[in-house]
Amino acid sequence: MENHKLSNKKIVLSLSLAAIVMFGFGFALAPLYQLICSVTGLNSIGGTIDARKTISDYKNIDQTLSERKITLQLDTTLEKGLDWQFKPVEKQLKVQVGEVSQTSFIFTNTFDYPVVTQAVPSVTPWQAAEHIKKIECFCFNQQTLAAGENKVMPLTFVIDPDLPKDIKTVTLSYTLMAVDNKIAENTKQNF
Amino acid sequence: MTAEALDNHHDHGPPKGYKRWLFSTNHKDIGTMYLIFATVMLFLGGGMAMLIRAELFIPGLQLVEPNFYNNMVTNHALVMIFGAIMPAAAGMANWMIPMMIGAPDMALPRLNNLSFWLLPMAAIMLIMAMVVPFFGGGAPVATGWTLYPPLSVQAGMGMDLTIFAIHTLGISSILASINIITTIINMRAPGMTWMKMPLFVWAWFFTALLLILVMPALAGGVTMLLFDRHFGTSFFDAAGGGDPVLFQHLFWFFGHPEVYVLLLPSIGVLGIVIPAFSRKPLFGYKPLVYWMGFLTALGLVVWAHHQYTIGMSVAATTYFMIGTILVSIPIGLMLFNFIFTMWRGAMTFETPMLFAIAIILMFAFAGTTGVMLAVVPADMQYHDTYFVVAHFHYALIPGALFGLYAGVFYWLPKWTGHMYDETLGKIFFWWTTIAFNVTFFPQHFVGLAGMPRRIADYSAQFTDINIISSIGGIMFGLSHLLFLYIIIKTVRGGKPAEAKSWEGAQVGTPGLEWTVASPPPFHTFTTPPVVK
Ligand code: HEM
Ligand SMILES: [Cu+2]
Repeated sequence: MENHKLSNKKIVLSLSLAAIVMFGFGFALAPLYQLICSVTGLNSIGGTIDARKTISDYKNIDQTLSERKITLQLDTTLEKGLDWQFKPVEKQLKVQVGEVSQTSFIFTNTFDYPVVTQAVPSVTPWQAAEHIKKIECFCFNQQTLAAGENKVMPLTFVIDPDLPKDIKTVTLSYTLMAVDNKIAENTKQNF
Repeated sequence: MTAEALDNHHDHGPPKGYKRWLFSTNHKDIGTMYLIFATVMLFLGGGMAMLIRAELFIPGLQLVEPNFYNNMVTNHALVMIFGAIMPAAAGMANWMIPMMIGAPDMALPRLNNLSFWLLPMAAIMLIMAMVVPFFGGGAPVATGWTLYPPLSVQAGMGMDLTIFAIHTLGISSILASINIITTIINMRAPGMTWMKMPLFVWAWFFTALLLILVMPALAGGVTMLLFDRHFGTSFFDAAGGGDPVLFQHLFWFFGHPEVYVLLLPSIGVLGIVIPAFSRKPLFGYKPLVYWMGFLTALGLVVWAHHQYTIGMSVAATTYFMIGTILVSIPIGLMLFNFIFTMWRGAMTFETPMLFAIAIILMFAFAGTTGVMLAVVPADMQYHDTYFVVAHFHYALIPGALFGLYAGVFYWLPKWTGHMYDETLGKIFFWWTTIAFNVTFFPQHFVGLAGMPRRIADYSAQFTDINIISSIGGIMFGLSHLLFLYIIIKTVRGGKPAEAKSWEGAQVGTPGLEWTVASPPPFHTFTTPPVVK
């Protein structure tokens, strides 16, 4: 069995290498996954906003639209521990399908230090998700507010006319989360 | 070492006292330790299951606090999968693979020792994970074995212990797998060609391959969890640009192949037990090896059928649906090969054979509910209900646990040198099989009616079925006391077993394990046997 010794080593080394590569693959997946999802849209039932379209493209739709209106309900939630004030200016509004509409949200940082936040949207019913085309939104970026700062930020959007006919009310809900570590720490302690 | 050098050591028995076990490099002793450890864990995981069923006996919260209940659900699964089934299968691999292929021991005996001794440490961490919440360790690990964030990021110290336990278990099984593959490649006796290896050896070859490929992905996933919890990263935190669904992909990239890791060793046992008691060579040995290889490959690319409800695109769900339904082809063909082996054989129905036949029936049923779950629109209804619980218990208890029982009863004479009590064995078979079906069959119905899983309470219309399920569960638990009694009785004495313990022992597979005495001497095949 003497002649097997070396190849034992070879087998062990190559199998260990396979294990290490797979471990690394897990980590590589983090950026890759984001990339694959955004390129292919595999991870979303709805489509993503077409960045190449401008407001005027959507305006063109205006001419072809029907007189259809829907009710848009706006809802806000704060992550536990992030005791900000975060409210829609209008809780509910009638929106003309196919027309560019705008509404705003009020943000107040009640902490005595600056906080970085990110708003995460969610749409009910889910069939409506791909038909809310956002043109401008505070949720596109992280928002930093200085200590005690108060800000009103807009949301500009179009409901595209392909929205299934049976949908008359759409709820758009935002959850505001702290990106800041201090708040995350507080959250953990509160838990 | 040359064969001669080994020969000089021939009559040197095991070292005395605790050193025999603590420093063991002997595949038989390590195999025994694995099997004992697995039995202890089976009873620990089973104890938790008994508490879970007791809590679910009637609606409302009676015995345990809901968070602790969920922590128990988590640990029941982790203990059963990583503590009971995988070590039991590894124990059998240790005992049988070297003897079947005519090797004196595993290729890397000291690594073997390490693989085993990592397990008790991991088990202690898992137990502590459940205990620390009672001593100010923060919120319990209430996630279930899937450990999904964000809940797992918010849990207390128990989660860190769970993560380290998974790391330790992962290292242990990767090392064991490397050892097994190296043994299979390098240690076969002259003439033991690849296509002469008993099916059990092949099954473990694929199992080990899967483990090496997917355990590291889980290790990576839980490491990222650890980072998110303590080092401010946001791999899984949407607010920081991460995505909690990424964890689900990592988990199931491991998790789905893991179900084959649990299944394949038992398929290997069936491939040996069924020919032996049908007294007819295995039907289609080569295709069976190919099906296993095909299953291994396919198993790696269908993971997201556990995630249909996350909002994947229709193209992605369709792909995963078709892939998953394809899985039933190799599995179905394997079962047909076993049935054809029995066809017109001279069958007798000793305990291992009873288990084997029952497995074919019950596992085919699990495959049927599996195909139902694979169908996307149907799964939207079934997902996270007791229907899924029923499905995977039908897959895992016959598909993994009972297969290992068949192996235990089949090889017990070889290991101990005594025949077990056949009457008691048969009583155990009927008791445990009936109790298993009473427990899990009704769960399909509450599942279809909408009873969600992983919740300590349920609404009153599900009461009747849950009462039946709990009674079955307690019966199932109790049957294992008989199992333990049979094993202890056989270890301590009984009718002496011959080298060839079963009439049909050598039918079909050229395994060498029956050419050595029962029990085998401490060292076997110190000079390689020649297989013709
Ligand atoms: C024809 C073969 C099979 C098919 C098509 C299949 C399909 C599925 C699907 C689609 C699910 C996800 C259900 C859901 O969560 O909504 C599932 C869950 C599960 N299956 Fe299978 N399965 C098969 C065989 C097996 C086998 C052989 C095992 C194990 C030996 C197994 C163990 C499991 C487990 C443990 C889960 C639940 C995991 C969890 O959510 O905790 N299945 N199966
Ligand atoms: Cu799966």
